[in-house]
Amino acid sequence: MSDTSKIEIRGLRKSFGSNEVLKNINLDVAKGGVVALIGPSGSGKSTLLRCINLLVVPDGGSVRVGDTRFGFGDGSKLPEVKTLARFRATTGMVFQHFNLFPHMTTLQNVMEGPVTVRRMAKADAEKLARTQLAKVGLAEKADQYPATLSGGQKQRVAIARALAMEPDVMLFDEATSALDPELVGEVLTVIQQLASEGMTMVIVTHEIAFAREVADRLIFMRDGVVVEEGPARQVIDNPKEAATRAFLSHFHRTGALPPANTTP
Amino acid sequence: MYQWDFGILWSYRWLFLNGLGVTVGFTVVIVLLGLVFGLFGAFGTLSRFKAVRLVALTFIEAFRCTPILVQLIWFYYALPILAGVEMTPITASALALSLYGGSFYSEIIRGGIISIDKGQSEAGAALGMTPGQGMRRIVLPQAIKRMIPALMNQSIIQFKNTSLVSVLAVPDLVYQSQVAAHDSYRPLETYTAVAVAYAAILIPLTIIVRRGEKRLAVSE
Repeated sequence: MSDTSKIEIRGLRKSFGSNEVLKNINLDVAKGGVVALIGPSGSGKSTLLRCINLLVVPDGGSVRVGDTRFGFGDGSKLPEVKTLARFRATTGMVFQHFNLFPHMTTLQNVMEGPVTVRRMAKADAEKLARTQLAKVGLAEKADQYPATLSGGQKQRVAIARALAMEPDVMLFDEATSALDPELVGEVLTVIQQLASEGMTMVIVTHEIAFAREVADRLIFMRDGVVVEEGPARQVIDNPKEAATRAFLSHFHRTGALPPANTTP
Repeated sequence: MYQWDFGILWSYRWLFLNGLGVTVGFTVVIVLLGLVFGLFGAFGTLSRFKAVRLVALTFIEAFRCTPILVQLIWFYYALPILAGVEMTPITASALALSLYGGSFYSEIIRGGIISIDKGQSEAGAALGMTPGQGMRRIVLPQAIKRMIPALMNQSIIQFKNTSLVSVLAVPDLVYQSQVAAHDSYRPLETYTAVAVAYAAILIPLTIIVRRGEKRLAVSE
């Protein structure tokens, strides 16, 4: 698998103070694969996701995305800020709380990465940004400020902003957890569309039914270790480990996805 | 009962105007220079390196925690002896007031920067921005908006602090009015007029600042 995998993580360790959050994590994501990370809060799934684009710098192990590999611990030097920045430009991330730039319009938010990081000409960046906004169904909101948008619209803009960097990999950090229930569907629809286009994705989520539908692999984490891993449907429908069963018993595992209220 | 006679001040009008010009010009210089020192101080205290943080903090506390009058006198009389640098009263007082103001500005700037949600710089970093780009494009534009009322207030205080440079014989409004008061034997009229002149400039400014604060409160 490691020959074709887009993301490869080996022996990853991370502690915050005396709290060991990740204990020897291994993870492979195939090109075009969609991996869902689930687990109770404090299980380390968000930290693991943030280690993939090095927003959190691991204490040990290695992270490879595409052809770029970083090793940590045992005297290996921390990557320089410029190297880190270049690396992160190839991975898109979507946050739980959107983190849109409030002083910029929707269009400017989406243009910001291409203009500042990729040094794209303003006119080209605008064209790209409008295309991405149209893709998430928000072309007509280009000149509005984030404060005037609903939570679901904000998150779709955040997805467009990440896509404007034309990343190889998309990371979703509980992208629907801060949304009102009726707004979850429109965001999941966009993520599902990305999956069908073959985008490589790692999705931290509490939407078990969604994970079952969209992810091809599922990883259940608890206390900083991978408890169970396998094809998403198999793990959700027939979990082998008692801990996985106990966790999944809190959720409706099947059924229709939450409906999208706005037509994209 | 004292017989007020403000008419007598008319003959000193050029002296006053001259002094006022020096006061205003001096304020502009120390506000601008102070902001530069303040920026260095703020980024110093936010530095990744402990040594830089320590230097910045020492600078800020040294100037925040000693009286400006003492600093003025010290810069003019003590520094030449210690460092062998001869300074004119204007240079010495401009430097002292800028550093004094800078120590307060740096706390305001630092506070503005750390008040911006960490998710903002994270979102910038996730797009591939360097920390410098994130600061310039994402954090500072938002932080400056929040800093402006406090920076304006501090600058108003700086405007009043310039009155202290008269002790080093810098010919500002207060110094010139001392000259006028001695010459006319009318200190009451003179200093009343000076107080009115300061207020006439500062009251409109404070109104502008207050409006700005209100607008900021609405926009957030």
